[in-house]
Amino acid sequence: MSDTLLKIEHLNKSYGKKKVLKNVSFSCKEGGIIGLLGPNGSGKTTLLKIITGILTAYKGVVQISGNNVGNKTKSIISYLSDEPYFPDHMKVKEALHVFSDFYYDFDLNKCRQMLKRFQIETNMSLKTMSKGTKEKFQLSLVMSRNAKLIILDEPIGGVDPAAREVILDTILSNYNERQTILIATHLIAEIERIFDTVLFIKDGEIILNEQVEDLRSRTGQSVDQCFREMFRY
Amino acid sequence: MNFDSNIAIYIQIMEDLKRKIINGKYKSNDKVESVRDLAIAYGVNPNTVQRSLSELEREGLLYSERGSGRFITKDETILSTCKEDYANQIIDTFINEMQNLHMDKETVLHHITRRFEEHE
Repeated sequence: MSDTLLKIEHLNKSYGKKKVLKNVSFSCKEGGIIGLLGPNGSGKTTLLKIITGILTAYKGVVQISGNNVGNKTKSIISYLSDEPYFPDHMKVKEALHVFSDFYYDFDLNKCRQMLKRFQIETNMSLKTMSKGTKEKFQLSLVMSRNAKLIILDEPIGGVDPAAREVILDTILSNYNERQTILIATHLIAEIERIFDTVLFIKDGEIILNEQVEDLRSRTGQSVDQCFREMFRY
Repeated sequence: MNFDSNIAIYIQIMEDLKRKIINGKYKSNDKVESVRDLAIAYGVNPNTVQRSLSELEREGLLYSERGSGRFITKDETILSTCKEDYANQIIDTFINEMQNLHMDKETVLHHITRRFEEHE
């Protein structure tokens, strides 16, 4: 439990002249659910894309289990991006094939169970899915890998409140304690009960890094209320 | 369960488990569900549940046996103290509310007796 999974030191990233991440430093231990919380445009997705190895031009240190980001680290990360990544003509079962072929740690049975719970049939085609169903489908794939680090970028953005509950339950019941889940979101009230730790990111800087129960005890407020106070315009 | 967003969740889960012990949903020496099952049932992080259980263990309401899980205490004294504390909390809140209404002890007791009789 005590091994450092993610270590980030003095991370800086710019798009042209615009600084998106400013001297970001933090580390996470193995195990637990971490919330990366910030408003739109605060740098959440950029940070996740650097950790996953999609963006490679940056300054600073980013290590996962002691290795610099690269092919080795990519294999232990399961990433749910905020954009769809399968072509529309594909069917569910074809996507399952791709994942089974591509990832040695993909648990097909687990995935089938999750799809069943979400009432997604395997011969369904992706183009017939609503936005919410597509999100549930992709979440099922990503959560079915026995990856050390699972990164979810806005996993409940496009679904209705009832489906959010099911998704949160799915996340809670399908992760094991050796896994670490990093969730970026701005929907804090709905999701805060599943976090161990939260990171607040504002204009590319980490302004808070605290265990949620400590934060609640210290301030007498929910994470959502703290967030609203610290990000008041 | 709906959580009050201003109070640490682990405390609210502790209270809920205490209520279940007091009202007999859990009986002396019953096995408590696993951390994982409770986490899913409450819809919260497993570490939060872990913290609630550790606190209850520290208070003596639970005891753990290596390899087989956590159980409700067999100690009847602890159980009855817990019940009494819980009842006192409710009474204190009630007394506070009555004092805010400027009702004196005699009037309040009179009302309580009357209501009790109506309930019978």
